[in-house]
Amino acid sequence: MSVNLTLVLVAASLLGCGVYLVLERSLSRVLVGIVMIGNGVSLSFMVAGGPAGRAPIVSKGGDTTGLTDPLPQAMVLTAIVITLATTAFVLAMAYRSWQLNGHDDVQDDIEDDTIRRLALRDVTSEAYDATTSDYPGDDSSGDPGQGPDDDPLAADAAGIEGRTT
Amino acid sequence: MNSLVPLPVLLPILGAGASLALLHHPRIQRWLSLAVLGSVVAVAAVLLVQADRHGPQTVWIGSWPETLGIVLVADRLAALMLLVSAIVTLAVLAYSVGQGMTEDEEGAPISVYHPTFLVLVAGVANAFLAGDLFNLFVSFEMLLFASYVLLTLGGTAARVRAGTIYVLVNLLSSTLFLISLAVTYAATGTLTLAHLAQRLAELPDHVSLMIQLLLLTTFAIKAAVFPLSLWLPDSYPTAPAPVTAVFAGLLTKVGVYAILRMQTLLFPDSPLTDLLLWAALLTMIIGILGAIAQSDIKRMLSFTLVSHIGYLILGIALDSRTGTAGTTFYVVHHITIQTALFLVLGLVERRAGSTALMRIGGLARIAPVLAVLFFVPAMNLAGIPPFSGFIGKVGLFQAAQLDGSPLAWTLVGAGAATSLLTLYAVAKTWAVAFWRTPREAHEALEAIGGAAADPVPGHDTGAVQQHRGHVHTAAGTVSRNDIEEARRLGDDDEPDRDFHTLIEAGEDTRHSPLGMLLPAGALVAASVLLSVVAGPLYALGDRAAEDLHERTPYLSSVLTEEHP
Repeated sequence: MSVNLTLVLVAASLLGCGVYLVLERSLSRVLVGIVMIGNGVSLSFMVAGGPAGRAPIVSKGGDTTGLTDPLPQAMVLTAIVITLATTAFVLAMAYRSWQLNGHDDVQDDIEDDTIRRLALRDVTSEAYDATTSDYPGDDSSGDPGQGPDDDPLAADAAGIEGRTT
Repeated sequence: MNSLVPLPVLLPILGAGASLALLHHPRIQRWLSLAVLGSVVAVAAVLLVQADRHGPQTVWIGSWPETLGIVLVADRLAALMLLVSAIVTLAVLAYSVGQGMTEDEEGAPISVYHPTFLVLVAGVANAFLAGDLFNLFVSFEMLLFASYVLLTLGGTAARVRAGTIYVLVNLLSSTLFLISLAVTYAATGTLTLAHLAQRLAELPDHVSLMIQLLLLTTFAIKAAVFPLSLWLPDSYPTAPAPVTAVFAGLLTKVGVYAILRMQTLLFPDSPLTDLLLWAALLTMIIGILGAIAQSDIKRMLSFTLVSHIGYLILGIALDSRTGTAGTTFYVVHHITIQTALFLVLGLVERRAGSTALMRIGGLARIAPVLAVLFFVPAMNLAGIPPFSGFIGKVGLFQAAQLDGSPLAWTLVGAGAATSLLTLYAVAKTWAVAFWRTPREAHEALEAIGGAAADPVPGHDTGAVQQHRGHVHTAAGTVSRNDIEEARRLGDDDEPDRDFHTLIEAGEDTRHSPLGMLLPAGALVAASVLLSVVAGPLYALGDRAAEDLHERTPYLSSVLTEEHP
């Protein structure tokens, strides 16, 4: 199968630029990246369909040699429609995100952060138990105001996961 | 030729259209959706019986010549998956009707829920029936699009945040799927699965290996197999309970089904056993370690969901009839159990105001029915005999032991460890959420400093500057009040109230509506029933596995003529 090099190069550069943009934080840039990737993929379907030929319209008993393969084009049409719908949806989502947060950046996982801080707290409380007897008044064991104090419940609660099993 | 085959796709699609037209008649809309899903269950049951007795049922849509048109195939595996998914979606729909989808959904376009849900069901059914890679792609897009809408229902801040990640990950996987379709078509000139099965064998090894790896990566993202699973626990828990339930039960299993179909039908000579076994191992272990660390029940369950995908991959990786039979049984078990658990969690959230472990307690005494409903599927998930989880795991371990390679034995060990750790995770949840009193929970939360449990509202990034009541972004200036207003409207979860304060204030919801309890209870009962009918079900799974590995029943029923 002979391949149209121009199509391949254009598809590759569209995909490359698209991937670069998808790695951005801002949703609108990601969206542009997605659109570029979508176009690049559509072009690669043109490559997959083989060399260009006559329009694939056949009358009854007509000659079918030299026709373009119509199947990849049908697939590309479907893919284009889907990309359109996706674009609309992501745009709406980016707008909503901007409404809510004043920016449309892709955000971090909040719960992950909570769990990480809980884990830190766990470590701190153990360190506190280990160090209080030796270094009273050492305040490096936690955030001021929130760290464990004399209340035995605090250390207990911080180790809640271990306690309840 | 069997004209029943397209019905599981057609009925929900037509139902979705009709229920869109009935936007202003919510009552009729509800009954319509229930009727549609009820008839899908009936059709799927008939299809399963027919496929089991007479071999795969096929339809070439529009009677196009073979290999040109689109083919729908219902063999034993597809019909079984179809039946299970139809039953589960019916239960979830009944549950959401019982919930009214209004109480925690202020201002949400409720009327959109039913049509979208039906499209999701149609997409799932189409994915199981597709006998064509492109049709599989289209059904993935159908179910994904419905899931985008369901996940961001109401457009609250938390859901938009989770939805962003979900949508982007799935967009990328769809793109990857398209690329693999282009490659496959360029290499073989067809996308019909049965035709591909013949032509792929003629390709040079390296080309078919590349196609296989591309498809595998695509489906592994959908199925949440370890290195590609990180999006799942982040995005599922924020959705409304019935939505999370149906996502957790079905969407990942569609990916697993696609992997199973592809490995057995398209690439029987290249099982990639080692690669898949390693993926299964890492998925199990890392997933369950994540589950243990979680402080929210929904997230804990999302992590166990990822972890138990590892068992399914284990059965596929072994590339043997026993392994495939084990996976088939385990898929059925896992769809039921995971959906049931999330539905029960929806009830827990309603009763206790939260699913965060730090804020709830005492449910075993306060809501004994909920406690039982949670306990039974939780033990089933952990694989306690005599539940179906135990039977499924034993089946998979037997298959691994028959394989006998050191790695397979390692997987047996890892599977047993994962099972124990699952027990640890659910036992921890049980002890904290159901046994201690709400007062203890409250005091513990107070002591730890309420701030620790509060989510951080939106991370500030360099691009955003706050100044004199306005927030300056790259896009322009917004009044700070507007943002606060939007955030207040969008915050559906009041972080500073735990179960104890709710009870003290007398603001807890005392009664769980029967409309929600019954479907959840029915699914829990179905999951128990699975162990009662485990014998016949396992035998069916075994016959399905035999078909899959022989390939001829599928191939000869789809392609009746010789194709070059």
